[in-house]
Amino acid sequence: MTERQRVTLEVNGRSYEREVEPRLLLSDFLRHELDLTGTHVGCEHGVCGACTVLFDGEPIRACLMLAVQAEGHQLETVEGLTDDPEKLHPLQQAFWDAHGLQCGFCTAGILMTLLPFLKENPEPTEEEIRLALSGNLCRCTGYQHIVAAVKLAADYLREPAA
Amino acid sequence: MKPAPVSYEAPDSLDAALAALQEHGFDAKILAGGQSLVPLLNFRLAQPGVLIDLNPISDLAWVRESAAGGLSIGAMTRQRKVETHPLVAERAPLLHEALPQVAHPQIRNRGTVGGSLAHADPAAELPVVAVTLGARFRLQSATGERWIDARDFYVSLMTTELQPDEILVEIELPLLPPRTGCAFVELARRHGDYATSGVAAVVTLDDAGQCSQARLVYLSAGDTPMAADRAASQLVGGDLSAESIRAAAEHATTEEIEPTADIHASVAYKRHLARVLTERALASAKARAGGSAGG
Repeated sequence: MTERQRVTLEVNGRSYEREVEPRLLLSDFLRHELDLTGTHVGCEHGVCGACTVLFDGEPIRACLMLAVQAEGHQLETVEGLTDDPEKLHPLQQAFWDAHGLQCGFCTAGILMTLLPFLKENPEPTEEEIRLALSGNLCRCTGYQHIVAAVKLAADYLREPAA
Repeated sequence: MKPAPVSYEAPDSLDAALAALQEHGFDAKILAGGQSLVPLLNFRLAQPGVLIDLNPISDLAWVRESAAGGLSIGAMTRQRKVETHPLVAERAPLLHEALPQVAHPQIRNRGTVGGSLAHADPAAELPVVAVTLGARFRLQSATGERWIDARDFYVSLMTTELQPDEILVEIELPLLPPRTGCAFVELARRHGDYATSGVAAVVTLDDAGQCSQARLVYLSAGDTPMAADRAASQLVGGDLSAESIRAAAEHATTEEIEPTADIHASVAYKRHLARVLTERALASAKARAGGSAGG
C-alpha cells in the first residue's frame, strides 16, 4: 500500500494540495511538485543544511521529513522572504552588501536558519553567529564574509529601511 | 539517496499506533522525529514496508515532575523543547548540559528524546545521559506495558530490548540526591558533529565532603553507552582529589571502554581524549556538587 496520498499544506502563505508517494522527501516536494527551487538539496542526510526551511516557524531540514508529514502545516522557504523582485529582504540585502556568498548553493538554507535566529538574538556576538551557522556548510567563503553579513543583517533589521 | 517505496500510516492515537505496530510487526518502523531514521531511509540502509508516524499523536509530548519527585518526559517531546525547559535545567542539569551538544538546533527542533533513546546510536548523547542518571523507560504494546532500566535497555549497536510490537512512550529520571554534581563533556571536530569522545560524570558528596556515589558513562566508546563502573567505584569513599580523579580516568579509559578507530581518530587517541575529558568532567562535577571549587 504505497499508493499516493493527498497532502494539503501552506507554503509562504499560499495553500497547495498535491497527491504524492509517501516516500517523497519534503525537499523534493518543494522543488519538484511546487517548483520552489530556492530550497537547495545538498547531502540529503541532514548534515549540510542547504535545505533548511521554516516548519511552523522553526528551522528544520526539509530532507529529513517526508512531504506527507507536512499535512496541515505551514512552511516558509527562501522565496517567501520578499514578494517584490526589486527589493531584497534586509537579510538578503546584507548578504549582497557584505558579499556573504560566492556560489550561493548554501545561501537559502543559511538565510532560513538566520531568520528566526536574528529574531531571537537581535544583537548576536560573533561567537553566537558562528554557533548558529554551525549547522550550515559553505564550501566557498570560509565563512568570514558570511559572519560579516550576519552582523550587517542584524544592523539592518534593528533599523529597518536604513 | 531517496527512500525506497514505503507505505505510511499516521495514527492519531497511541492505541491506533500500537494496533498498527502489532499488525505489521517487523515490517514496520516507528517514525518519531526522523532525524536518524530518515537519513537511513535516504541511504536505503533501512527499507521498512510501512512507516508508523507518531507525530500526529498530540499526547506523547510532555515534561513534568514525576510522582517520585524526579522528571517525567514524554517520548515525543522535541529535544529543543527539553533543552529550553526550566524544569529540566533545575531537575536534570546533566540532560540540560548535554542537549545543546546534540547536533544542531535545526535537528533538535524536530528530533525527539524518545527517538534518540530508541535509535541507540553509541555516539549519541541522550542514551549516555539516560544510563548515567539511572533513567527508566516505559515501553508500551497493544497487550500491556513494562518499565525497563536504561542500563538494561541497550544491547548492542543500535539494538535495544524494545520488542517489535513495543513503543517507548515515557522516560523517567530519578530525583538526584542533595550535594550531587553532574557534568557532560564531549569533543567533536565541529560543534554539532558526532563526538569523537565524550563522557558524563555524576558524583554525590556526603556531609563530610567525601564521595558517596559516582558514575561515569562514555559515548563513542563501544557498542552501547559504556559505563565505567569499576573506575567510578574507586572514587567512592575518597575526597575526589586530583590524584584519585586521574587514577579513575586512567582505569576507565584503559580498562573499561572499547573505542574503535575511525577516519578521524585511532583507538589510542580516543582513549587519550576520553581520559582528558574524564578528568575535566569529574573536576567540574565535584565543583558543582559543592566540593572545594564551588559552583
